[in-house]
Amino acid sequence: MKLLFERSRSGRGSTLLPACDVPAVSYDQGLLRAKTPHLPEIAEVDLGRHYTELAKQTHGVNDGFYPLGSCTMKYNPRVNEEAAAQPGFTQLHPLQPLETVQGALEVLYTAEKLLCEITGMDGMSFQPAAGAHGEYTGLLLIRKYHQSRGDSARTKILVPDAAHGTNPASATMAGFDVVSIPSNPQGGVDLEALRKAAGPDTAGLMLTNPNTLGLFDANILEITQIVHDAGGLCYYDGANLNAVMGQVRPGDMGFDCVHLNLHKTFSTPHGGGGPGSGPVGCKALLEPFLPTPRVKEENGAYSLYTPAQTMGQVRSFYGNFLVVVKALTYILTLGKQGIPAASAGAVLNANYLMKQLLGHYDMSHEGLCMHEFVMTLQGLAHDTGVTAMDVAKRLLDFGIHPPTMYFPLIVHEALMVEPTETESPETLDQAAQVFLDILAEAKSDPESLHHAPLHCPVGRPDEVTAARSPILRYTFDD
Amino acid sequence: MSNIPANLKYSKSHEWILEEDGVFTIGLTDYAQSALGDIVFINLPEEGDDVTAGEAFADVESVKAVSDVFSPVTGSITAVNEALLDDPAQINEAPYEAWLIKVGQVSDTEELLDAEGYEAVVAAEEA
Repeated sequence: MKLLFERSRSGRGSTLLPACDVPAVSYDQGLLRAKTPHLPEIAEVDLGRHYTELAKQTHGVNDGFYPLGSCTMKYNPRVNEEAAAQPGFTQLHPLQPLETVQGALEVLYTAEKLLCEITGMDGMSFQPAAGAHGEYTGLLLIRKYHQSRGDSARTKILVPDAAHGTNPASATMAGFDVVSIPSNPQGGVDLEALRKAAGPDTAGLMLTNPNTLGLFDANILEITQIVHDAGGLCYYDGANLNAVMGQVRPGDMGFDCVHLNLHKTFSTPHGGGGPGSGPVGCKALLEPFLPTPRVKEENGAYSLYTPAQTMGQVRSFYGNFLVVVKALTYILTLGKQGIPAASAGAVLNANYLMKQLLGHYDMSHEGLCMHEFVMTLQGLAHDTGVTAMDVAKRLLDFGIHPPTMYFPLIVHEALMVEPTETESPETLDQAAQVFLDILAEAKSDPESLHHAPLHCPVGRPDEVTAARSPILRYTFDD
Repeated sequence: MSNIPANLKYSKSHEWILEEDGVFTIGLTDYAQSALGDIVFINLPEEGDDVTAGEAFADVESVKAVSDVFSPVTGSITAVNEALLDDPAQINEAPYEAWLIKVGQVSDTEELLDAEGYEAVVAAEEA
């Protein structure tokens, strides 16, 4: 399809600005650009068609099943949008006098209290803009904590090899050295290796539980104890909270701080659909170091304050505020019964789908899974030449978004499937049938699968050339 | 079946090692490049940097994933194959020519395998 720049015709367009009714201001000519910028000139009707055409080439949760593992692509209830679209929220200025924004502060305060209850934490900041930003902020909390005690020897962060890639990246960004901890044969943390690695140079541990294999580590209390005994702190990566919210709390597992992905677990749009929000919660011992400002309540009045030993700001103002409005709407809609029902449904759906594929596709680990499961297509690739990539691409032909591919790295030819709780048994049955049909195709006609998808607007983009020689801007003729 | 030259030594983490007069040349094996897929980016250390046996000294990015490259030896880097920065595909095309670094003043090495030993490691991973 054509780019906006290619659709542009000189002099065409829509008049969106009214005539100027104030005196013109003259600028210092030295500040002005020599040439007018290349802005596309296009009629509103053609602009609308351009974006509709783009939208038709994409796949969202409204188009079909979207089992992208670790991303929790659950349905985003419309009532969230209704709440966040209230002019009282959308028309705010971040520097408005506090007495005029009491409702907005109440949203932040209430969301903090409820999310602290769900996670077993004592305080929370909504500043981080998304998950990895939250990880980074959590690590700064850990660093500030050790610094405040004059403990400068703690330079290492322990990260299991099943971790999300953002964990070691965030730890490095926060100035720590990363020590990788291997997994045991059951897919959990190797306790012996953890004991060996933990010591006076350990600043902390970053852990996702359930982990990226979709397995809940039953040794979790021992794991956090080992780290605490060594003087380190424990950080919970909340990416997989959807499996356990309302069932078990990171705070009770022994974690000292946690980040949440409101845009996953708490049903706000993501993946191109909207900004993220990665609030960081912590136990009381880390609260003095949280980002500023925080919200407090006295006699029904809300105000802002700066924590005693704050790390400062990690983002402007209060984070992605409207995302918090949507998440709060979700929490209040589900309530105390609905939150655990959602996580139970997520785990049930994952097991329901896995069970239908069991015996046909190889699973990375035996037994029940949590909210997602990981298949290994190594055997299939060996026997037929059909890879995880081929199967993922073929799913597109059936209106299914591919699962996460080639992750976690410790599983070869991995496909990681996370159905989420909002899918019906009919959708899951249909998806299972598609997976089985593709498996049959892999055995009968492996060659055709190398060219999948066969019926999508875009076939196989040349990912290698795109990565090696990317074209990142449009080149104009003049 | 991947190519495993008999004249080289190997690490379990899929690096090949050529020792000549105390200088260790290190690269990625044919099996490693084939498991990674098309390599699109490589991060290399600098000449003079120290490497430690068992610790990462570089990372390679393929369309699948980013992976660490581990040093089989402890020592000091005497040369870096900077041509790979512009053309990492050389690792896919000729893995045993596209060396990554050369290390001197080697004080320690991890257990290095001969071709036969490494073949067993590859066979185990493919099983």
